Amino acid sequence: MDLHHKPTVDLQGYSPELRALLFDYTLQLADTSLILGHRLSEWCGHGPILEQDLAMANIALDLIGESRSYYQYAAELEGQGRTEDDLAYLRDAVEYKNPLLVEQTNGDFGDTVMRQFLFDGFHYFLLKELQNSPDKGLAGIAAKSFKEASYHVKWSAEWIIRLGDGTEESRRRIQKALDNLWIFSGELYTMTDTEKALAQAGFIPDYSGLLSQWEAHVAKIFAEATLEVPQNVFMQKGGKTGRHSEHLGYLLAELQYLQRAYPGLEW
Amino acid sequence: MSQQKEWPLWEVFIRSKQGLDHKHVGSLHAADAEMAIQNARDVYTRRMEGVSIWVVESKHVHASNPDEAAAFFDPANDKVYRHPTFYEVPAEIKNM
Amino acid sequence: METIIEKSLEEAFEEKIANEIRIEPKDWMPEQYRKTLVRQISQHAHSEIVGMLPEGNWITRAPSLKRKAILLSKVQDEAGHGLYLYSAAETLGTSRDQMVADLHSGKAKYSSIFNYPTLSWADIGAIGWLVDGAAIMNQVPLIRTSYGPYARAMVRVCKEESFHQRQGFEIMMTLCNGAPAQKKMAQEAFNRWWWPTLMMFGPKDAESPNTEQSMRWKIKRFTNDELRQRFVDMMVPQAEFLGLTVPDKDLRWNEAKNGYDFGEVDWEEFWNVVKGNGPCNKDRISTRVKAHEEGAWVREAALAHAQKRAEREAVNQA
Repeated sequence: MDLHHKPTVDLQGYSPELRALLFDYTLQLADTSLILGHRLSEWCGHGPILEQDLAMANIALDLIGESRSYYQYAAELEGQGRTEDDLAYLRDAVEYKNPLLVEQTNGDFGDTVMRQFLFDGFHYFLLKELQNSPDKGLAGIAAKSFKEASYHVKWSAEWIIRLGDGTEESRRRIQKALDNLWIFSGELYTMTDTEKALAQAGFIPDYSGLLSQWEAHVAKIFAEATLEVPQNVFMQKGGKTGRHSEHLGYLLAELQYLQRAYPGLEW
Repeated sequence: MSQQKEWPLWEVFIRSKQGLDHKHVGSLHAADAEMAIQNARDVYTRRMEGVSIWVVESKHVHASNPDEAAAFFDPANDKVYRHPTFYEVPAEIKNM
Repeated sequence: METIIEKSLEEAFEEKIANEIRIEPKDWMPEQYRKTLVRQISQHAHSEIVGMLPEGNWITRAPSLKRKAILLSKVQDEAGHGLYLYSAAETLGTSRDQMVADLHSGKAKYSSIFNYPTLSWADIGAIGWLVDGAAIMNQVPLIRTSYGPYARAMVRVCKEESFHQRQGFEIMMTLCNGAPAQKKMAQEAFNRWWWPTLMMFGPKDAESPNTEQSMRWKIKRFTNDELRQRFVDMMVPQAEFLGLTVPDKDLRWNEAKNGYDFGEVDWEEFWNVVKGNGPCNKDRISTRVKAHEEGAWVREAALAHAQKRAEREAVNQA
């Protein structure tokens, strides 16, 4: 039994332009959840302690499940007969739309927790709003995923505090993770043309509202963790429009290997 | 601080649905109570097994001594009058 | 005096065993019973944890999103099972740290099957179908094992395990009904995993030094050879259903015993893998050691933070 959400939405009233925008955006959300879920799944069997191995696998499973719902909905929006697997397994890196942050390699546990923390806050505030989208497909997936994200945001924030306010070594490591990853946080809130158009049409929230909530959340947790946000940095961007770091190609080579080596088969 | 110290052991109790008691399901390691609850959620409720979790650090559980089991529990054996089936109720009397 | 008390304790213990009454952590038990349990339960836990690695290999390469989610949740279950079992062993007065240290030093063993590599996607099917099939056969009787916490952990393990074998069989079935390249992949994986799976039941009864005492104490309920025979009898028809050829030229139905005769396991290979000379022994252990060592700073930080927080709360309350 497949428990995850499968949207069936009446798309008749949508213009081709709106459908294309929604397709593009849904795919971006799908790619984002898949790539981060994939990264987290790399930890399975290698976590710092058994209990956290299970915790990270749970988050990875949530994200992969979420991505499947988005891919299925994107396929529906596109209406070309592609499946969730066609979308995930048969597109190249330049066609992937995830922000740079989520494709960054796992590094040590601190790097992974920091990547997760920066993303979780964004994810949480976005889904909270997206539940109210007039697009029932997105709203439905967002409502289910919001519950999951509410747990993720708690998990990563607590680890940030533990590592920041733990030992000297853990503080050094998690501060370094912040220094390295902060430059990827800006892209989350830099709206693409698709995002701007959808926000204007009232289908998704404007990100400036999300940003202020996120900043407050991040500032509070970093203060408790005694961490310092790097100042005057040049924010990186490009992932959402297909300009990725070198890491994504390797990730996809692994992820897509069987589908590419044996095209068109059932598994 | 010692290098090799293990996270403390916690006992986990889960209420499987509203209206039922919390039941002991097992144990796990966690650095603090908050984490123990979350770990319990991640370890012991992956298949919708619970709606509420209790954790207690294992060292705080005090148990009766099995050597005294006879002294503790056998005396209840002959108090059959504590059970309703001990009493005879005439067939004519309903609902008692 | 002391010996008399000892004797009556032992008699009470034996009486419980004879009457199928579970032994619980605080009950008196013979030292050898305790040792046997710690050895068996921790070995079982280690097998779950090391067993995550060969399958974990393929999580990032699973051929569909559905398969990826299933495999990840299955490997995660194994982490859970390891955890339940470590917990059961901890009730006997040994710490998880100690057990993990024994695994890493090579003192403790784990199932030799996990020292074989996973070379293709079909291996994930073969492991689920064969290895989990064999594991279930070994594990179901343990639900009735005489030590309470072990038996309870096994109830949970077996309940969760039931989807593992099915998903493996489903992968094999999909491959066997698929393209010739997929069918070939399935047969090739079957060829590699069949014999190591038969080894999972342990040495022949005649060469299994622990079996007799474990049976007497009802830690074990069936002998190695009994379980191996049952497994072969169960799997051969399933392989035929899939259209796979069992890689054993001596395999034939024996009407008289109402079971299959089958060839001899390569015991030299078995003992070598057990002793650490399998294809992946060194990789598996070094991977575990690496994860543990690289996680040390995380575990220390969490403890240090918990301590700081407790101290602050104490000050606030004062």
